[in-house]
Amino acid sequence: MSAPAPRTDTPPPGGPPGAPSAAADWLAGALDAVGTDPSALSTAFATAGRHVGRHPLDPEGDPRGVLGSVDDAARALLLERAVHVAGDGAPDLLASLYRTGDTAERRGVLRGLDRLVEVSAPLADALVATGLELVADALRTNDPTLVAAATGPFAAAHLDQHTWRHAVLKLVFMGVTLDAVAGLAVRADDELAAMADRFAAERRAAGRTVPDDLARITPDAGTTTENDSSPEKDA
Amino acid sequence: MRIFDPHIHMTSRTTDDYEAMYAAGVRALVEPAFWLGQPRTSVASFTDYFDALLGWERFRASQFGIRHHATIALNPKEANDPRCVGVLDEIPRYLVKDGVVAVGEVGYDSMTPAEDEAFARQLQMAREHGLPVLVHTPHRDKASGTRRTLDVVAESGVPPEHVVVDHLNETTVAAVKDAGAWMGFSIYPDTKMDEARMVAILQDVGTDKVLVNSAADWGRSDPLKTRRTGEAMLAAGFSDTDVDRVLWQNPVDFYGQSGNLVLDPVPGFDAAEGPAAGVTFEGSSVLRGVRA
Repeated sequence: MSAPAPRTDTPPPGGPPGAPSAAADWLAGALDAVGTDPSALSTAFATAGRHVGRHPLDPEGDPRGVLGSVDDAARALLLERAVHVAGDGAPDLLASLYRTGDTAERRGVLRGLDRLVEVSAPLADALVATGLELVADALRTNDPTLVAAATGPFAAAHLDQHTWRHAVLKLVFMGVTLDAVAGLAVRADDELAAMADRFAAERRAAGRTVPDDLARITPDAGTTTENDSSPEKDA
Repeated sequence: MRIFDPHIHMTSRTTDDYEAMYAAGVRALVEPAFWLGQPRTSVASFTDYFDALLGWERFRASQFGIRHHATIALNPKEANDPRCVGVLDEIPRYLVKDGVVAVGEVGYDSMTPAEDEAFARQLQMAREHGLPVLVHTPHRDKASGTRRTLDVVAESGVPPEHVVVDHLNETTVAAVKDAGAWMGFSIYPDTKMDEARMVAILQDVGTDKVLVNSAADWGRSDPLKTRRTGEAMLAAGFSDTDVDRVLWQNPVDFYGQSGNLVLDPVPGFDAAEGPAAGVTFEGSSVLRGVRA
């Protein structure tokens, strides 16, 4: 019988996530298991939300959890552990986890890449190359949580400037706060500001509101004239 | 009236339907994996479909305040195409995923040996994963298909209370009730079952273990048939609690056996109103099932 993790600790439907200590115990156990047996990763990754909850890391400021959730954080830790165990197999492991994952698992892979950038020595080239493929896939989706997770520290460190600019503008377009973008002030450039101006002009010409966050990437977002409405390329 | 539609193919519906369903009280649903009208020719088109059920469609539903769950399976019709049968090797990895609340739709279409094999294998997968099973009953020769279904379930070792046998009518309901399985009814505008006949069946068999769905898909169907059935029940003298039992508590109880339902309101949306507080269930003040 190849039953998954027992479900007796599952919170009742509609109820709050499990008690914090139960969640922490499960995560500690899962990290140990992944550290000794990499095959434990896929079930732990799939079921993490049922054990640690799915609530936002910042319920007040980010009630929808677009900037990260507790299960994202747990999966990032699991992924970090698995990458260290996998060694040269890490790129294949990431690609497989992402390819076979649902939206939450894919977000977990992206958040895991962010964690690796934040806590590890510079990443191996092969791992960066795979990470960039996965980020590109996430940026093609229309799920705000995936696009947001694809603009974190890994993207800040490794995404090319053209793709990064389009990712930022896509977040604005989707109504996602630019708090999602790591290193915004460092990487924002004149071309991003010009793209934002054109987007603001397009919105005004259509009689629509201009998202407040545009002001964070172009000081002129509120005052641009409609003469600026040159078409945006590669949108 | 709060509604949990236990079987509806939202992939085939528009956002207008999601809006109308929310307005009618639908806050949760289950979308079973099934065929798509045009036959699939490869395993990859199944996995893309399963990923869409768990990804895009769940996201789409959430934008309209509705919690979307899914059942995963190789359906009986496509179990007959050897190019598709390989998907059985992919299904176990889906059965551990969030929001997968049953194995289904499985069962019979033409009652072939290939359908026997796929049905039996997937019943074992359900048993191994502790998941409920959603069984489709055939359009043709429904009575013998239903009897054979119940025999195969009994042989499988899956407990009958983990099984819903769907698309029932007046001629097939008794055998399913006697077997101890859940009874599913798909309410359509002009086929299978309508709301007036459904009320008559409820008056006959009671509200226990009855699931009512709209099954809305790409054919002529109506995603508000659950609501219409609730209204017809009230008009026939059933209480608010009876309606809540059939349209909310029963689906919660059945799919809740998976341990994988998410029923808290989508952030930014309201819970639908249940029956008035303090109501009793069959004379007991203890409310049955999980309040959500």
